[in-house]
Amino acid sequence: MVTGASSGIGRATAILCAGMGAKVFLNGRNAERLQETLRQLEGEGHTVCCCDITDESAVGQAVAEMPILDGIALCSGIAQMTPFQFIDRKVLDKVMENNFCSPVMLVNTLLKVKKVQKGSSVVFVSSVDGSKVVHAGNSVYSASKSALVGMARNMAIDLMGKKIRVNCVLPGTTDTSMIHTENVTEEMLQETAKSLPMKRFAKPEEIANAVVFLLCDASSYITGTELVVDGGSSII
Amino acid sequence: MDIQDFIKNFADQFDDTDASVFTAETRFRDLEEWSSFLALAIMAMVKSEYDVALSAQEMRDAETVQDLFDTVKSHI
Repeated sequence: MVTGASSGIGRATAILCAGMGAKVFLNGRNAERLQETLRQLEGEGHTVCCCDITDESAVGQAVAEMPILDGIALCSGIAQMTPFQFIDRKVLDKVMENNFCSPVMLVNTLLKVKKVQKGSSVVFVSSVDGSKVVHAGNSVYSASKSALVGMARNMAIDLMGKKIRVNCVLPGTTDTSMIHTENVTEEMLQETAKSLPMKRFAKPEEIANAVVFLLCDASSYITGTELVVDGGSSII
Repeated sequence: MDIQDFIKNFADQFDDTDASVFTAETRFRDLEEWSSFLALAIMAMVKSEYDVALSAQEMRDAETVQDLFDTVKSHI
């Protein structure tokens, strides 16, 4: 299962999973873009489930229709850039709900209804923001993404008995629609990209490679950890 | 929407520049304290005080406090 599969890292992950022979259960909010992802998948037997994972009743219904899962990639999320003194409870709740509570509760629900196979792998797409680096104006996003890291480490311990591995991928800034927002210009993005060690943002496919590594048995002895994929930006 | 209130709200985002420096004609990018983070703070102030979501391009296009005031006013 790949959430956030209608664009960016989620779409690239779904495409790579299918390319490696998986039957993919695609989740996202935008039906049209999910169909576009589906069209790009190799192989047969993929399923699309258009629902907002922040909507508990929709999730309940979707979970009932899901097959037993061997791997879960949680790629959905929203960006939020506001200087700390301007944040409010509404913004905090919205970002925490989208980036932390909903993906975590989705896995929790799947476990309760026994839709997660023994020996499977759960991968959260977190961020270097919060855990490794900070950027001005990014406090709420950083908090939501680093909360995932703490949760995933603890989940790894609690789910050890079920042989379910839980890890996080920590991408640096990735060239997806998330960064092309109204409050940044293309010029500003280009300047930021030039300041990075590799002089460019990550491509969604480069993050997907790390997600799929942690999903598959190549990482069978890796659990409760974080894989940083940021082109070296957090070490300088 | 009042220009004097706007100037005060604008000046409030600066920590090291005295409020007396700010007038409608102030070319804020020339101020030593100006930074991309202050641009973000000004945009957040405009959203919070005037319920107007300025784009980064509109922020970049404004040279003076008056320019920005006019842009915000055009959205109300």
